[in-house]
Amino acid sequence: MHVPDGFFDAPVSIGAGVVAAAGIAVSLRGARRELDDRTAPLAGLSAAFVFAAQMINFPVAAGTSGHLMGGALAAILVGPYAGVLCISVVLLVQMLFADGGVSAYGINVTLMALVGVLVGYGVFRLVTAALPGSVPAKAKVTAAAFLGALASVPASALTFVGLYALGGTADLSLGAVLTAMLGVHLLIGIGEGVITALTVGTVAAVRPDLVYALRGERTPLEIRSPRPAEV
Amino acid sequence: MTGLGHRLHRPGSTPVHRLPPQCKLVATAAFVLAVVCTPREAVWAFGGFALLLAAVAALARVTPGFLVRRMAVEVPFVAFAVLLPFVARGPRVEVLGLALSQSGLWSAWNILAKASLGTAASVLLAATTEPRQLLLGLERLRLPPLLVQIATFMLRYADVIVGEMRRMRLARAARGFDGRDVRAFGVLARSAGALFLRSYERGERVYLAMLSRGYDGRMPVLNEIAATRAQWAVAAVLPVAAVLVASGAWMVG
Repeated sequence: MHVPDGFFDAPVSIGAGVVAAAGIAVSLRGARRELDDRTAPLAGLSAAFVFAAQMINFPVAAGTSGHLMGGALAAILVGPYAGVLCISVVLLVQMLFADGGVSAYGINVTLMALVGVLVGYGVFRLVTAALPGSVPAKAKVTAAAFLGALASVPASALTFVGLYALGGTADLSLGAVLTAMLGVHLLIGIGEGVITALTVGTVAAVRPDLVYALRGERTPLEIRSPRPAEV
Repeated sequence: MTGLGHRLHRPGSTPVHRLPPQCKLVATAAFVLAVVCTPREAVWAFGGFALLLAAVAALARVTPGFLVRRMAVEVPFVAFAVLLPFVARGPRVEVLGLALSQSGLWSAWNILAKASLGTAASVLLAATTEPRQLLLGLERLRLPPLLVQIATFMLRYADVIVGEMRRMRLARAARGFDGRDVRAFGVLARSAGALFLRSYERGERVYLAMLSRGYDGRMPVLNEIAATRAQWAVAAVLPVAAVLVASGAWMVG
Protein backbone atom coordinates (compact mmCIF):
# COMPACT_ATOMS: atom_id res chain seq x y z
CA MET A 1 0.00 0.00 0.00
CA HIS A 2 3.06 2.28 0.11
CA VAL A 3 3.07 4.27 -3.12
CA PRO A 4 6.55 4.46 -4.71
CA ASP A 5 8.03 7.25 -6.83
CA GLY A 6 6.77 7.56 -10.39
CA PHE A 7 3.26 6.32 -9.69
CA PHE A 8 1.68 9.76 -9.74
CA ASP A 9 2.74 12.77 -11.80
CA ALA A 10 4.50 15.74 -10.21
CA PRO A 11 1.52 18.15 -9.78
CA VAL A 12 -0.53 15.57 -7.85
CA SER A 13 2.50 14.57 -5.74
CA ILE A 14 3.16 18.20 -4.84
CA GLY A 15 -0.53 18.94 -4.23
CA ALA A 16 -0.84 15.95 -1.92
CA GLY A 17 2.36 17.11 -0.20
CA VAL A 18 0.75 20.48 0.55
CA VAL A 19 -2.40 18.78 1.89
CA ALA A 20 -0.27 16.46 4.02
CA ALA A 21 1.78 19.36 5.43
CA ALA A 22 -1.38 21.26 6.33
CA GLY A 23 -2.88 18.18 7.99
CA ILE A 24 0.28 17.56 10.01
CA ALA A 25 0.42 21.24 11.07
CA VAL A 26 -3.17 21.12 12.33
CA SER A 27 -2.47 17.84 14.14
CA LEU A 28 0.67 19.21 15.79
CA ARG A 29 -1.41 21.97 17.32
CA GLY A 30 -4.22 19.63 18.34
CA ALA A 31 -1.99 16.90 19.76
CA ARG A 32 -0.68 19.14 22.55
CA ARG A 33 -4.22 19.37 23.89
CA GLU A 34 -4.80 15.64 23.62
CA LEU A 35 -1.78 14.25 25.39
CA ASP A 36 -0.27 16.89 27.74
CA ASP A 37 3.43 16.63 28.59
CA ARG A 38 3.66 12.98 27.73
CA THR A 39 2.76 13.65 24.09
CA ALA A 40 6.02 12.72 22.45
CA PRO A 41 6.93 9.55 24.35
CA LEU A 42 3.48 8.03 24.19
CA ALA A 43 2.87 9.01 20.57
CA GLY A 44 6.30 7.60 19.73
CA LEU A 45 5.41 4.39 21.50
CA SER A 46 2.15 4.12 19.59
CA ALA A 47 4.01 4.80 16.35
CA ALA A 48 6.43 2.00 17.15
CA PHE A 49 3.47 -0.22 17.97
CA VAL A 50 1.73 0.52 14.66
CA PHE A 51 5.04 -0.07 12.91
CA ALA A 52 5.36 -3.49 14.55
CA ALA A 53 1.69 -4.31 14.00
CA GLN A 54 2.11 -3.57 10.29
CA MET A 55 4.52 -6.47 10.20
CA ILE A 56 1.75 -8.92 11.17
CA ASN A 57 0.29 -10.10 7.87
CA PHE A 58 -3.18 -11.54 8.02
CA PRO A 59 -4.75 -13.78 5.40
CA VAL A 60 -7.27 -12.06 3.10
CA ALA A 61 -8.33 -14.42 0.34
CA ALA A 62 -6.78 -17.14 -1.79
CA GLY A 63 -3.13 -16.61 -0.99
CA THR A 64 -3.10 -12.82 -0.70
CA SER A 65 -2.55 -11.15 2.61
CA GLY A 66 -2.92 -7.67 3.94
CA HIS A 67 -1.41 -5.79 6.81
CA LEU A 68 -2.76 -3.29 9.25
CA MET A 69 -2.87 0.38 8.22
CA GLY A 70 -3.37 1.33 11.82
CA GLY A 71 -4.99 4.76 11.32
CA ALA A 72 -8.22 3.94 13.13
CA LEU A 73 -6.37 1.96 15.81
CA ALA A 74 -3.97 4.81 16.60
CA ALA A 75 -6.76 7.39 16.61
CA ILE A 76 -8.89 5.39 19.06
CA LEU A 77 -5.97 4.65 21.37
CA VAL A 78 -4.18 8.03 21.45
CA GLY A 79 -6.69 10.43 19.90
CA PRO A 80 -7.17 11.65 16.32
CA TYR A 81 -4.48 14.38 16.26
CA ALA A 82 -1.79 12.25 17.83
CA GLY A 83 -3.00 9.42 15.58
CA VAL A 84 -2.25 11.45 12.46
CA LEU A 85 1.21 12.26 13.83
CA CYS A 86 1.89 8.60 14.68
CA ILE A 87 1.02 7.33 11.22
CA SER A 88 2.90 10.20 9.54
CA VAL A 89 6.02 9.39 11.54
CA VAL A 90 5.70 5.68 10.76
CA LEU A 91 5.50 6.56 7.07
CA LEU A 92 8.44 8.96 7.40
CA VAL A 93 10.68 6.34 8.97
CA GLN A 94 9.57 3.74 6.43
CA MET A 95 10.38 6.23 3.66
CA LEU A 96 13.85 6.85 5.07
CA PHE A 97 14.33 3.09 4.99
CA ALA A 98 13.22 3.06 1.34
CA ASP A 99 9.66 1.76 1.76
CA GLY A 100 7.51 4.25 -0.13
CA GLY A 101 8.83 6.93 -2.46
CA VAL A 102 10.28 10.26 -1.32
CA SER A 103 8.18 12.21 -3.81
CA ALA A 104 5.13 10.11 -2.86
CA TYR A 105 5.39 10.86 0.88
CA GLY A 106 2.63 13.48 0.68
CA ILE A 107 0.38 10.99 -1.10
CA ASN A 108 1.09 8.26 1.44
CA VAL A 109 0.40 10.62 4.36
CA THR A 110 -2.81 11.87 2.74
CA LEU A 111 -4.05 8.33 2.07
CA MET A 112 -3.11 6.55 5.26
CA ALA A 113 -2.67 9.19 7.95
CA LEU A 114 -5.24 11.84 7.02
CA VAL A 115 -8.00 9.85 5.31
CA GLY A 116 -7.41 6.72 7.39
CA VAL A 117 -7.60 8.58 10.71
CA LEU A 118 -10.37 11.02 9.72
CA VAL A 119 -12.71 8.36 8.34
CA GLY A 120 -11.80 5.76 10.94
CA TYR A 121 -12.24 8.10 13.90
CA GLY A 122 -15.24 9.87 12.36
CA VAL A 123 -17.15 6.64 11.84
CA PHE A 124 -16.07 5.49 15.29
CA ARG A 125 -17.51 8.66 16.89
CA LEU A 126 -20.73 8.46 14.85
CA VAL A 127 -21.33 4.86 15.84
CA THR A 128 -20.65 5.48 19.55
CA ALA A 129 -23.07 8.40 19.46
CA ALA A 130 -25.72 6.43 17.58
CA LEU A 131 -25.75 3.37 19.84
CA PRO A 132 -28.28 3.64 22.66
CA GLY A 133 -27.02 4.32 26.16
CA SER A 134 -28.16 0.93 27.40
CA VAL A 135 -25.25 -0.74 25.56
CA PRO A 136 -22.28 -1.10 27.94
CA ALA A 137 -19.40 1.28 27.13
CA LYS A 138 -16.90 -1.45 26.29
CA ALA A 139 -19.19 -3.27 23.86
CA LYS A 140 -19.94 0.08 22.27
CA VAL A 141 -16.27 0.89 21.81
CA THR A 142 -15.51 -2.53 20.37
CA ALA A 143 -18.34 -2.38 17.84
CA ALA A 144 -17.53 1.20 16.86
CA ALA A 145 -13.83 0.36 16.53
CA PHE A 146 -14.70 -2.46 14.14
CA LEU A 147 -16.88 -0.27 11.94
CA GLY A 148 -14.46 2.67 12.00
CA ALA A 149 -11.49 0.55 10.96
CA LEU A 150 -13.61 -1.30 8.40
CA ALA A 151 -14.60 2.00 6.78
CA SER A 152 -11.14 3.55 6.86
CA VAL A 153 -9.48 1.07 4.48
CA PRO A 154 -11.88 1.32 1.50
CA ALA A 155 -12.00 5.10 2.10
CA SER A 156 -8.23 5.26 1.62
CA ALA A 157 -8.56 3.08 -1.46
CA LEU A 158 -11.24 5.40 -2.85
CA THR A 159 -9.01 8.42 -2.29
CA PHE A 160 -6.23 6.57 -4.08
CA VAL A 161 -8.52 6.05 -7.08
CA GLY A 162 -9.54 9.72 -6.95
CA LEU A 163 -5.91 10.85 -6.99
CA TYR A 164 -5.30 8.35 -9.75
CA ALA A 165 -8.01 9.97 -11.87
CA LEU A 166 -6.24 13.30 -11.35
CA GLY A 167 -2.66 12.31 -11.98
CA GLY A 168 -2.02 8.61 -12.40
CA THR A 169 0.78 7.86 -14.82
CA ALA A 170 -0.77 4.72 -16.31
CA ASP A 171 -3.63 4.72 -18.78
CA LEU A 172 -6.08 2.36 -17.10
CA SER A 173 -9.83 2.46 -17.20
CA LEU A 174 -10.91 4.06 -13.94
CA GLY A 175 -13.68 1.50 -13.53
CA ALA A 176 -11.14 -1.33 -13.50
CA VAL A 177 -8.92 0.42 -10.93
CA LEU A 178 -11.95 1.18 -8.78
CA THR A 179 -13.28 -2.38 -8.81
CA ALA A 180 -9.89 -3.94 -8.11
CA MET A 181 -8.97 -1.51 -5.34
CA LEU A 182 -12.35 -1.56 -3.62
CA GLY A 183 -12.73 -5.34 -3.84
CA VAL A 184 -9.39 -6.11 -2.28
CA HIS A 185 -9.60 -3.32 0.26
CA LEU A 186 -13.06 -4.26 1.50
CA LEU A 187 -11.59 -7.64 2.41
CA ILE A 188 -8.52 -6.03 3.98
CA GLY A 189 -10.91 -3.66 5.79
CA ILE A 190 -12.65 -6.60 7.43
CA GLY A 191 -9.31 -7.85 8.70
CA GLU A 192 -8.37 -4.36 9.86
CA GLY A 193 -11.74 -4.05 11.60
CA VAL A 194 -11.49 -7.36 13.44
CA ILE A 195 -7.93 -6.74 14.58
CA THR A 196 -8.63 -3.14 15.61
CA ALA A 197 -11.79 -4.10 17.52
CA LEU A 198 -10.16 -6.99 19.37
CA THR A 199 -7.03 -4.95 20.16
CA VAL A 200 -9.05 -2.02 21.48
CA GLY A 201 -11.26 -4.49 23.37
CA THR A 202 -8.24 -6.12 25.03
CA VAL A 203 -6.74 -2.78 26.05
CA ALA A 204 -10.11 -1.46 27.24
CA ALA A 205 -10.60 -4.54 29.41
CA VAL A 206 -7.24 -4.22 31.18
CA ARG A 207 -6.34 -0.52 31.13
CA PRO A 208 -9.37 1.53 30.07
CA ASP A 209 -7.45 4.67 31.08
CA LEU A 210 -5.15 4.14 28.09
CA VAL A 211 -7.96 4.26 25.50
CA TYR A 212 -8.38 7.88 24.43
CA ALA A 213 -11.94 7.25 23.26
CA LEU A 214 -12.91 5.97 26.71
CA ARG A 215 -11.74 9.09 28.54
CA GLY A 216 -14.46 10.55 30.67
CA GLU A 217 -16.20 7.19 30.96
CA ARG A 218 -16.04 6.08 34.53
CA THR A 219 -16.68 2.57 35.61
CA PRO A 220 -18.81 2.78 38.74
CA LEU A 221 -16.85 1.72 41.79
CA GLU A 222 -17.72 -1.79 42.73
CA ILE A 223 -17.13 -2.87 46.29
CA ARG A 224 -16.63 -6.57 46.64
CA SER A 225 -16.38 -7.73 50.19
CA PRO A 226 -15.38 -11.28 50.87
CA ARG A 227 -18.11 -13.33 52.42
CA PRO A 228 -17.07 -14.18 55.98
CA ALA A 229 -15.86 -17.71 56.04
CA GLU A 230 -17.89 -20.13 58.05
CA VAL A 231 -15.91 -21.40 60.94
CA MET B 1 20.71 1.93 17.28
CA THR B 2 17.87 -0.24 16.12
CA GLY B 3 17.53 -3.49 14.29
CA LEU B 4 15.75 -1.63 11.54
CA GLY B 5 18.60 0.74 10.99
CA HIS B 6 21.29 -1.84 11.43
CA ARG B 7 19.91 -3.95 8.66
CA LEU B 8 20.23 -1.05 6.23
CA HIS B 9 23.17 0.87 7.59
CA ARG B 10 26.67 0.08 6.36
CA PRO B 11 29.20 1.70 8.63
CA GLY B 12 32.08 3.34 6.83
CA SER B 13 34.13 6.48 6.55
CA THR B 14 33.86 7.30 2.87
CA PRO B 15 33.22 10.92 1.77
CA VAL B 16 29.54 10.01 1.37
CA HIS B 17 29.35 8.70 4.95
CA ARG B 18 31.07 11.80 6.32
CA LEU B 19 28.68 14.34 4.77
CA PRO B 20 26.33 15.89 7.35
CA PRO B 21 22.92 14.16 7.28
CA GLN B 22 20.92 17.28 6.42
CA CYS B 23 22.94 17.73 3.20
CA LYS B 24 22.32 14.12 2.21
CA LEU B 25 18.58 14.39 2.96
CA VAL B 26 18.19 17.48 0.78
CA ALA B 27 20.33 15.96 -1.98
CA THR B 28 18.27 12.74 -2.00
CA ALA B 29 14.95 14.59 -2.11
CA ALA B 30 16.11 16.91 -4.90
CA PHE B 31 17.50 13.99 -6.90
CA VAL B 32 14.23 12.04 -6.62
CA LEU B 33 12.18 15.09 -7.62
CA ALA B 34 14.35 15.59 -10.71
CA VAL B 35 13.83 11.92 -11.63
CA VAL B 36 10.07 12.11 -11.16
CA CYS B 37 9.81 15.23 -13.33
CA THR B 38 11.68 13.65 -16.25
CA PRO B 39 9.47 12.70 -19.24
CA ARG B 40 9.27 8.93 -19.61
CA GLU B 41 10.07 8.95 -23.32
CA ALA B 42 13.63 10.13 -22.58
CA VAL B 43 14.97 6.65 -21.94
CA TRP B 44 18.61 7.78 -22.05
CA ALA B 45 18.02 10.19 -19.16
CA PHE B 46 17.14 7.33 -16.82
CA GLY B 47 20.36 5.63 -17.83
CA GLY B 48 22.11 8.84 -16.83
CA PHE B 49 20.38 8.88 -13.42
CA ALA B 50 21.34 5.25 -12.86
CA LEU B 51 24.96 6.06 -13.69
CA LEU B 52 24.92 8.95 -11.19
CA LEU B 53 23.60 6.65 -8.44
CA ALA B 54 26.15 3.99 -9.39
CA ALA B 55 28.89 6.58 -9.00
CA VAL B 56 27.63 7.53 -5.52
CA ALA B 57 27.36 3.85 -4.58
CA ALA B 58 30.91 3.21 -5.74
CA LEU B 59 32.14 6.23 -3.78
CA ALA B 60 30.29 5.02 -0.68
CA ARG B 61 31.58 1.44 -1.15
CA VAL B 62 28.04 0.06 -1.26
CA THR B 63 28.11 -3.12 -3.32
CA PRO B 64 25.55 -3.64 -6.13
CA GLY B 65 24.41 -6.90 -4.49
CA PHE B 66 23.52 -5.12 -1.24
CA LEU B 67 21.68 -2.41 -3.17
CA VAL B 68 19.61 -4.91 -5.17
CA ARG B 69 18.73 -6.99 -2.12
CA ARG B 70 17.54 -3.92 -0.19
CA MET B 71 15.41 -2.84 -3.14
CA ALA B 72 13.14 -5.86 -2.70
CA VAL B 73 10.53 -3.68 -0.92
CA GLU B 74 9.30 -2.45 -4.27
CA VAL B 75 8.44 -5.96 -5.51
CA PRO B 76 4.61 -5.62 -5.21
CA PHE B 77 4.72 -2.56 -7.43
CA VAL B 78 6.95 -4.32 -9.94
CA ALA B 79 4.26 -7.00 -10.20
CA PHE B 80 1.69 -4.28 -10.81
CA ALA B 81 3.88 -2.66 -13.47
CA VAL B 82 4.37 -5.98 -15.26
CA LEU B 83 0.59 -6.39 -15.47
CA LEU B 84 0.05 -2.92 -16.95
CA PRO B 85 0.81 -3.64 -20.62
CA PHE B 86 -1.89 -6.33 -20.57
CA VAL B 87 -4.67 -4.32 -18.99
CA ALA B 88 -4.11 -0.71 -20.09
CA ARG B 89 -6.18 0.78 -22.88
CA GLY B 90 -5.10 2.35 -26.14
CA PRO B 91 -3.48 1.16 -29.37
CA ARG B 92 -1.79 -2.23 -29.22
CA VAL B 93 1.61 -3.26 -30.43
CA GLU B 94 2.85 -6.73 -31.22
CA VAL B 95 5.67 -7.87 -28.89
CA LEU B 96 6.84 -11.49 -29.13
CA GLY B 97 3.43 -12.50 -30.44
CA LEU B 98 1.49 -10.77 -27.65
CA ALA B 99 -0.77 -7.80 -28.29
CA LEU B 100 0.30 -5.31 -25.62
CA SER B 101 -1.03 -1.86 -24.95
CA GLN B 102 1.45 0.76 -26.09
CA SER B 103 0.59 3.22 -23.35
CA GLY B 104 0.64 0.37 -20.85
CA LEU B 105 4.21 -0.47 -21.84
CA TRP B 106 5.23 3.16 -21.38
CA SER B 107 3.47 3.33 -17.98
CA ALA B 108 5.13 0.14 -16.84
CA TRP B 109 8.51 1.50 -17.88
CA ASN B 110 7.74 4.81 -16.19
CA ILE B 111 6.83 3.21 -12.85
CA LEU B 112 9.64 0.66 -12.95
CA ALA B 113 12.32 3.21 -13.81
CA LYS B 114 11.25 5.96 -11.42
CA ALA B 115 10.38 3.66 -8.51
CA SER B 116 13.67 1.76 -8.84
CA LEU B 117 15.74 4.97 -8.99
CA GLY B 118 13.84 6.42 -6.02
CA THR B 119 14.24 3.26 -3.97
CA ALA B 120 17.93 3.00 -4.84
CA ALA B 121 18.49 6.61 -3.77
CA SER B 122 16.74 6.00 -0.41
CA VAL B 123 18.68 2.77 0.15
CA LEU B 124 21.94 4.64 -0.48
CA LEU B 125 20.88 7.32 2.01
CA ALA B 126 19.98 4.76 4.66
CA ALA B 127 23.11 2.73 3.97
CA THR B 128 25.43 5.68 4.54
CA THR B 129 23.62 7.42 7.41
CA GLU B 130 22.77 6.13 10.87
CA PRO B 131 19.08 6.41 11.81
CA ARG B 132 19.92 8.71 14.72
CA GLN B 133 21.90 10.95 12.36
CA LEU B 134 18.97 11.04 9.93
CA LEU B 135 16.76 12.34 12.71
CA LEU B 136 19.33 14.96 13.73
CA GLY B 137 19.45 16.03 10.09
CA LEU B 138 15.67 16.34 9.96
CA GLU B 139 15.82 18.42 13.14
CA ARG B 140 18.35 20.77 11.55
CA LEU B 141 16.10 21.07 8.51
CA ARG B 142 13.49 22.54 10.87
CA LEU B 143 11.12 19.60 10.98
CA PRO B 144 8.76 20.39 13.91
CA PRO B 145 10.47 19.20 17.13
CA LEU B 146 7.43 17.21 18.22
CA LEU B 147 7.67 15.07 15.07
CA VAL B 148 11.39 14.56 15.57
CA GLN B 149 10.77 13.50 19.17
CA ILE B 150 8.03 11.07 18.15
CA ALA B 151 10.34 9.60 15.52
CA THR B 152 13.19 9.35 18.05
CA PHE B 153 11.03 7.50 20.55
CA MET B 154 9.64 5.33 17.78
CA LEU B 155 13.12 4.22 16.73
CA ARG B 156 14.06 3.63 20.37
CA TYR B 157 11.00 1.53 21.08
CA ALA B 158 10.72 -0.27 17.73
CA ASP B 159 13.42 -2.75 18.64
CA VAL B 160 11.90 -3.44 22.04
CA ILE B 161 8.45 -3.98 20.59
CA VAL B 162 9.64 -6.09 17.68
CA GLY B 163 11.64 -8.22 20.13
CA GLU B 164 8.58 -8.65 22.35
CA MET B 165 6.52 -9.55 19.28
CA ARG B 166 9.06 -12.14 18.23
CA ARG B 167 8.95 -13.77 21.66
CA MET B 168 5.16 -13.84 21.55
CA ARG B 169 5.20 -15.37 18.06
CA LEU B 170 7.64 -18.02 19.27
CA ALA B 171 5.39 -18.75 22.23
CA ARG B 172 2.38 -19.12 19.92
CA ALA B 173 4.31 -21.39 17.57
CA ALA B 174 5.49 -23.51 20.50
CA ARG B 175 1.85 -24.11 21.35
CA GLY B 176 1.06 -25.30 17.85
CA PHE B 177 -0.42 -22.07 16.51
CA ASP B 178 -0.52 -21.81 12.73
CA GLY B 179 -1.86 -18.48 11.56
CA ARG B 180 -3.01 -19.32 8.07
CA ASP B 181 -6.71 -19.27 8.66
CA VAL B 182 -9.41 -16.70 9.30
CA ARG B 183 -9.96 -18.34 12.67
CA ALA B 184 -6.49 -17.13 13.65
CA PHE B 185 -7.74 -13.53 13.73
CA GLY B 186 -8.82 -13.68 17.35
CA VAL B 187 -5.46 -14.95 18.54
CA LEU B 188 -3.53 -12.43 16.46
CA ALA B 189 -5.66 -9.53 17.64
CA ARG B 190 -5.40 -10.52 21.29
CA SER B 191 -1.66 -10.76 20.80
CA ALA B 192 -1.70 -7.24 19.37
CA GLY B 193 -3.66 -6.01 22.39
CA ALA B 194 -1.26 -7.67 24.82
CA LEU B 195 1.66 -6.29 22.82
CA PHE B 196 0.29 -2.76 23.09
CA LEU B 197 -0.23 -3.07 26.85
CA ARG B 198 3.20 -4.52 27.51
CA SER B 199 4.94 -1.89 25.40
CA TYR B 200 2.87 0.93 26.81
CA GLU B 201 3.58 0.02 30.40
CA ARG B 202 7.24 -0.35 29.54
CA GLY B 203 7.10 3.05 27.85
CA GLU B 204 5.63 4.59 30.99
CA ARG B 205 8.48 3.21 33.09
CA VAL B 206 11.08 4.41 30.60
CA TYR B 207 9.49 7.85 30.52
CA LEU B 208 9.50 8.16 34.30
CA ALA B 209 13.13 7.08 34.36
CA MET B 210 13.94 9.73 31.75
CA LEU B 211 12.08 12.42 33.69
CA SER B 212 14.00 11.57 36.85
CA ARG B 213 17.22 12.04 34.88
CA GLY B 214 16.23 15.53 33.80
CA TYR B 215 14.56 14.98 30.42
CA ASP B 216 12.91 18.23 29.34
CA GLY B 217 11.43 17.30 25.99
CA ARG B 218 14.61 17.32 23.95
CA MET B 219 17.51 14.95 23.71
CA PRO B 220 20.78 16.71 24.59
CA VAL B 221 22.91 17.38 21.51
CA LEU B 222 26.34 15.90 22.16
CA ASN B 223 28.03 16.90 18.93
CA GLU B 224 26.87 19.73 16.72
CA ILE B 225 26.51 18.71 13.12
CA ALA B 226 26.50 22.09 11.40
CA ALA B 227 27.38 21.80 7.72
CA THR B 228 29.96 24.02 6.05
CA ARG B 229 29.48 25.64 2.68
CA ALA B 230 31.97 23.21 1.16
CA GLN B 231 29.95 20.25 2.42
CA TRP B 232 26.75 21.65 0.95
CA ALA B 233 28.58 22.16 -2.34
CA VAL B 234 29.77 18.53 -2.37
CA ALA B 235 26.26 17.29 -1.57
CA ALA B 236 24.82 19.47 -4.35
CA VAL B 237 26.81 17.66 -7.05
CA LEU B 238 24.34 14.75 -7.34
CA PRO B 239 21.09 16.78 -7.54
CA VAL B 240 22.64 19.42 -9.83
CA ALA B 241 23.82 16.71 -12.22
CA ALA B 242 20.35 15.13 -12.07
CA VAL B 243 18.65 18.45 -12.80
CA LEU B 244 20.98 18.95 -15.79
CA VAL B 245 20.06 15.49 -17.10
CA ALA B 246 16.35 16.17 -16.52
CA SER B 247 16.40 19.54 -18.28
CA GLY B 248 18.37 17.98 -21.12
CA ALA B 249 15.61 15.38 -21.43
CA TRP B 250 12.96 18.12 -21.56
CA MET B 251 14.81 20.06 -24.25
CA VAL B 252 15.56 17.06 -26.45
CA GLY B 253 12.24 15.26 -25.90
